[in-house]
Amino acid sequence: MKRIVVSVMLAIILMASSAVAAPLDVFKGQKGNLDIAGGTAHIPVMKEAAKRIMSVNPDIRITVAGGGSGVGVKQVGEGLVTIGNTGRALKDDEISKYGLVSFAFAIDGVAVVVNPANKVDALTTQQVIDIYAGKIKDWKEIGGEPGAINVFGREDGSGTREVFTEKAINKGELAPSVNVVSSNGAMKTAVAQDKRAIGYVGIGHIDKSVKAPKFDGTVPTQENAANGKYKVTRNLYMNTKGEPQGLTKLFIDYIFSSEGAEITKESGYIPLPAKK
Amino acid sequence: MKDNKNTPIWLKASAVYVSSLMSALFVFITVCAFDGLVRSGPSLFGSVWNPEGGQFGIMPMIWASGLLSVSSLVMGWSFSVGCCCFIRGYGPKWMAKLLARILRIMTAIPTVVYGFASVFLLVPLIRNGLGGSGFSWMTASLVLSLLIMPTMVLSMDSAFRTIESETRLTSAALGFTREQNIAMVVLPASKQWMWSSALLGFGRAAGDTLIPTMLAGNAVQYANTPLDAMRTLTAHIGLVLSSDVGGTAYLSLFVAGGILLFVSISANILFRLVRRKSL
Repeated sequence: MKRIVVSVMLAIILMASSAVAAPLDVFKGQKGNLDIAGGTAHIPVMKEAAKRIMSVNPDIRITVAGGGSGVGVKQVGEGLVTIGNTGRALKDDEISKYGLVSFAFAIDGVAVVVNPANKVDALTTQQVIDIYAGKIKDWKEIGGEPGAINVFGREDGSGTREVFTEKAINKGELAPSVNVVSSNGAMKTAVAQDKRAIGYVGIGHIDKSVKAPKFDGTVPTQENAANGKYKVTRNLYMNTKGEPQGLTKLFIDYIFSSEGAEITKESGYIPLPAKK
Repeated sequence: MKDNKNTPIWLKASAVYVSSLMSALFVFITVCAFDGLVRSGPSLFGSVWNPEGGQFGIMPMIWASGLLSVSSLVMGWSFSVGCCCFIRGYGPKWMAKLLARILRIMTAIPTVVYGFASVFLLVPLIRNGLGGSGFSWMTASLVLSLLIMPTMVLSMDSAFRTIESETRLTSAALGFTREQNIAMVVLPASKQWMWSSALLGFGRAAGDTLIPTMLAGNAVQYANTPLDAMRTLTAHIGLVLSSDVGGTAYLSLFVAGGILLFVSISANILFRLVRRKSL
């Protein structure tokens, strides 16, 4: 009896996994290497995609490295990697110098978050700039309950921090007293527990444990980020030298497939459709 | 040392292998640290960390590392001595046994468990009870002292046990109680072991990365009160390394690593000197 139950369960698992693996079918029979480098925000998406592809087809080897957008452009331009990731649109001279083609596949939006018990439900750019510069120190200055503001930020080189500094506080200065956590998860934990905390997370990470006040009058949601109302966003790009061919094209198509979009969403970004 | 002839060849080979690995590590860190020192220049010893602006000050981190490891060591070491005295004579037998067992179990608890539990238990307690954000020097120091305690207690206790059993009868014959024996005979006699366990504890406290990263707040500033956030050298290396490879900021990390290495080596040498003197 036990054996029957186990084999039925195994059969179900097998069926389920083969159903999920459908978009991966195109990789069957393929062979070769694919090297990816550049933007760090892309890494979770790239890694997960690479893992899934390599587990259906061990003949394909995909490496994923970081380095930042600059490194991504340089390496793909010089032919060191096949896909160079950037967290910004390519500059004109980069396109003309290397003949690069860009594929925007996701929107990375960042929202300022506070504790759900916090009364403040709207913030302006200037207020956030002043809070992170250490000029506004108490919640009562911006209409909250009196109490020192505990400011949380992310570590150097974090993509979330980059978007925040560039788009939310206009490259404003950061006070040395800003506490630093090293992931979206740790940020949520810190803010969820502390009534006087302020921080920022990728929009995809917002849930009931934290509250995202209106930022300059706009509610930071996936929809508002997708339709352009919410400004603290950037696109994530994959870039290739010339039109992608073979395995590279298959990989990019996979990122744009329904399963790829799912991976993008799970990594906390908003998937973009492929440009026709 | 005299019996070199009889040492098996594989033992010699592995000794050579390990020492060459160690020296390779030293050379590697020194060379990279020198590179970092040249590239980042004097800004390295400033107090502003702003890689985009070309400022790579690591002084606040050095200060934080020193402050945190010394404060944790002082707390942890004092408690360790107390625990040892309790286990070897001051406490009732069943409690002593229980304490020894708990300490032994504590050595096996992964650091991340301490960190994670503290984020949810100790941090809110300090935030609500004392103020600040709860991520502070004090929080990290309390947990770190707890973390380094079991190793120190176990190494001290092995000396305590031997000396205590050697001296108990003699002292009893002289009319000493067990407590008096511990305080008057065992403690002074195991002085060098207490030093060397402090060395062990200091090494762990200065080198621990996870506890300060999770609990000390990581703000790049000089912590002046126990409730201020701080960023230690180890946490700094971990945070910058998680995203950045190459460039001056990356190389400056080797300077931070070199300083840590230098501190632990000098601590080692210092304690060795002290120990030799006390022998």
